[in-house]
Parts: sequence; structure tokens; C-alpha cells
Amino acid sequence: MSAGRAFSEEVTRLQRVRDAVLAAGVALALWQAVVWVTAVPPFILPGPWRVAESLVANAGLIAENAWVTIAEVMIGLVLGAVLGAATALHLMMSPLARRLALPIMVFSQAVPVFALAPILTLWFGYGMASKIAMALLIIYFPVVSTFYDGLRRTDPGLLDLARTMGAPPARTLLFLRLPAALPAFGSGLRLAAVYAPIGAVIGEWVGASKGLGYLMLLANGRAKTDLMFASLFVLALFAVVLYAAVSAFTRRMTRWSSETTDGA
Amino acid sequence: MTKAETPVSPVGSAPSLRLGGDFRHAGRPLFSGLDLPVAAGRWTCLLGPSGVGKSTILRLFADLDTGGSFDGEISASDGAPVAGRVAFMAQTDLLAPWLDVMGNVTLGSRLRGERIDRARARDLIERVGLADHVEKAPARLSGGMRQRVALARVLMEDRPIVLLDEPFAALDARTRAEMQDLAFDTLKGRTVLLVTHDPAEAVRLGHRIFILAESGLSEIEAPALDPVRPVEAQETMDMQVRLFRALRGEPA
Repeated sequence: MSAGRAFSEEVTRLQRVRDAVLAAGVALALWQAVVWVTAVPPFILPGPWRVAESLVANAGLIAENAWVTIAEVMIGLVLGAVLGAATALHLMMSPLARRLALPIMVFSQAVPVFALAPILTLWFGYGMASKIAMALLIIYFPVVSTFYDGLRRTDPGLLDLARTMGAPPARTLLFLRLPAALPAFGSGLRLAAVYAPIGAVIGEWVGASKGLGYLMLLANGRAKTDLMFASLFVLALFAVVLYAAVSAFTRRMTRWSSETTDGA
Repeated sequence: MTKAETPVSPVGSAPSLRLGGDFRHAGRPLFSGLDLPVAAGRWTCLLGPSGVGKSTILRLFADLDTGGSFDGEISASDGAPVAGRVAFMAQTDLLAPWLDVMGNVTLGSRLRGERIDRARARDLIERVGLADHVEKAPARLSGGMRQRVALARVLMEDRPIVLLDEPFAALDARTRAEMQDLAFDTLKGRTVLLVTHDPAEAVRLGHRIFILAESGLSEIEAPALDPVRPVEAQETMDMQVRLFRALRGEPA
């Protein structure tokens, strides 16, 4: 029975890939058709073929800038996830921290993180640090709130059980609340994977000398719209790969959770 | 706590219990003037409709949050406190889905930071008939098997007092009867308080049977036959009828 299921899963995955390729092909064809039919100048809207040519011609330049953005996003993501998880655990353990920090954190969400980008550039300079700070800030709250929520929502029956077993609170947190909250932490990480590239690119737009966001602005300013699109394509590709990788990681982390919903 | 190679019944060490007093929830009395004795080393069944405070009584014994205020006394015949010597089994199996059967059975030791006695856990898992499933996740077990894991976890805790909150209610009839037999057999010698709303279950298992209703607590004398009582015995069937009538507030 399990072999049959694996087989059917493989078929649907193959179908999904085929459908995605098909949809992308149709979209590219439409794009090229619009360019031909309307005959817009390439500096307004270059066709996909022209963008591809630009991607190949500028591969070195794009790669050099892409690595900077990727590094900013990855470092911001890891730092934000670690700091966010630590904050959520601390909020869970300390009533004082809850009373003092929670209102401030909720209020701080009223400030758009984008609005902080100029200040962060002023403080941390034009290098990678200000972009890492942007990525970190933009993902910090989603990670904290999803993980903290998960930590608080442990099945009360399990907590009763732990109490009758004579478990000290710290060990209940470590061995019951924490593992039970991993699915919630996982959805926080997946959100973070979506937001972190946005944060880094915004940071680059405000002031940078390297990175895909910087390259896009530069290309735009010089009417090299095909290079702008090529950079955008690489950025989108990285964002998709990052999301897929984080999803795979969180699925591994909480394999038991999907087993429960399957009913197996 | 006594540690044994195989689960030996702690006869003699299991105390009798008594809960007496009033309980108020949200300003309204849930029960008052209650006096419930729980016999040492025996099964006491507490039967009654939903919402009269059966589970509250269990939670009071286990020193769990009840959301109300209790004015009275909870005592054990040996004078030691009841809380801390209690194992608890509920209608839902309360298995941690991220732990396998072994991990769930040994959860108590892990939570207290004690050395984990895997050999003993393995024995107990075997005892409840799950020897082939030691490393399986709860999601891959049936409802009956999951309750068996919960029972093995209770046995692993090895407490003299066992509180059961409708642990067999969600099982199908055949599995329920099997679980009742297994639980009665493995918990022999412990002081057991079983809360149920199933008259048939109380008749099968109870050394003493109490009915808790809005009007108060009353004892229905159990049949002379020792539990587990066969369903087909005349006394069992008569008793079931009497309990059913008493539950509906009719004269017995």
C-alpha cells in the first residue's frame, strides 16, 4: 500500500513540474507577444529573449552582486530566526519580560520597517551590515509572534499530565512546549524566508554600492531595462529556492506533524 | 518510590482516599457537603451525567487547576499528601505526537530529569501488547493502541493512586472491553478512581459505585461478584438496569 502511495505521489509531483513549466512557457510567450504586437521600445519593456541575452552577457556582474544580496539575506535570516526564537522562549519563561516587552513589541509593529531603512544606513553604513539589519528587523517580529503563540498553545491536557508527573516548569518548556511549538516556529521561518529578501533589497535601494537591489536601481537609471529584468529574475529565482529550502527544512523538523494530519 | 523488575502490585502501600467539602465555580456551587471515600487498592467508580463535577473531583485529587474554589479536605489514610502520588489517564490519550511509543511511555522520567529505565519500559509496553510497536509514532497507531500506550505510561509512573477520567469512552465496544480487562489486570492493588458516564462500565469494574447527580452523591451497592464481572451474569444485568434507573433519577 505504501509503495502504491509513493508511486501516486511521484506522478502528481511530475504533473506539478510539467504544469509549472507549461504555465511559465505560456507566460513568456504572452510577454514576447505583447512586445511584438505593441512594439514598445526595449527600454520600457524588453522581451524575454532580450532579457535572457542580457543575463548571459552580464553574468559576471550579476553573479558578483547576487552573492552580496544572498549573503545579506542568509545572515539576516539566521540571526533573525535565532534572536526571534530566543525572544519567544524568554517571553515564555519570564512574566516580567512579557509585561514589559510585549506591549513595546506590538507597538513597534506600527512603525513600517521600510521607514527605518535610511536610519539603519546612517547607523551601519553603506556596507552589508545595514542590509543584514533590515532583513533581521523585518523577520524578527513574525518569528517571535508565531513561535511564542505556538509555545503558549500547548495542549492543556499534556500540561496537566506533566504536572501530575512532577515536572519542573523549565523541563516542561523544554520537553513539551518547545517540541509542540515547532510547527508554529516552522511557519514563522517560512514567512521569514519570504520577507528577508525584501528587507535586504529595500536596504540596498536606500544606499549601497553592491547587491542585486543596487544593480537594479543602477540599470534602471541608465535605461538598461533588460539588465534590470535580468537582476530581478535572479532575485526571484533565489527567493523561490530559499523558500523551497526553508520549507524542506521545516518539514523535516516537524515530520510528525504532517504524519498526524495524513492519518497514515 | 518502589522500583520493581516487573510491575508488582503495590498492595498495602496504596492508601484509601477521602474528599469532603464544597466546590464553587463562577460563584455558583457545583457540589456541597460532598463526602467521597475511595477504597484502598480497589476500583471506585464515579458515575453521573456531564457537568456535575466528576472531572473536577479527579482534578482536585490530582491538584490540577479547576477554575473554581474548593473548601474542604482531601486526605489519604496514611496521612501523606495525595498529590504527587497520582497517575492520570484521560479520555484523550495525551500522547506527544513527536515521540515514539518508547518516548511517550518514558515521558515522566524525561520530564523529571531522571535516568530512563528503558528495560522496564520495554517490559510494560510488552505487557500492554505493543511489543512490535515500540518505535512507532502515535499517528501510526489505532485509537485502542494509543490508549494502551497511555496505560503503559501510567504503569511506568508506578504510582499507588490512579485517576481515570473516562479513558475508554472513545473506544469501540470490543476494544473498550479489552482495555477494561487489561487496565483492571495491570492496575491491580492500586487505589483507582474511575470517572465514567457508562453504567455498563461501572458495573463491570467497580468494587464500589457512586452516582454523582445535581442532588448530591449516593452509593449504589455493587453486586457481590468480584470485578471484572462477566456481562452475561444475571447480577450484572440487574445491576445495570438499577444504575440506569438511578442515573435517570427513577426509584431503583
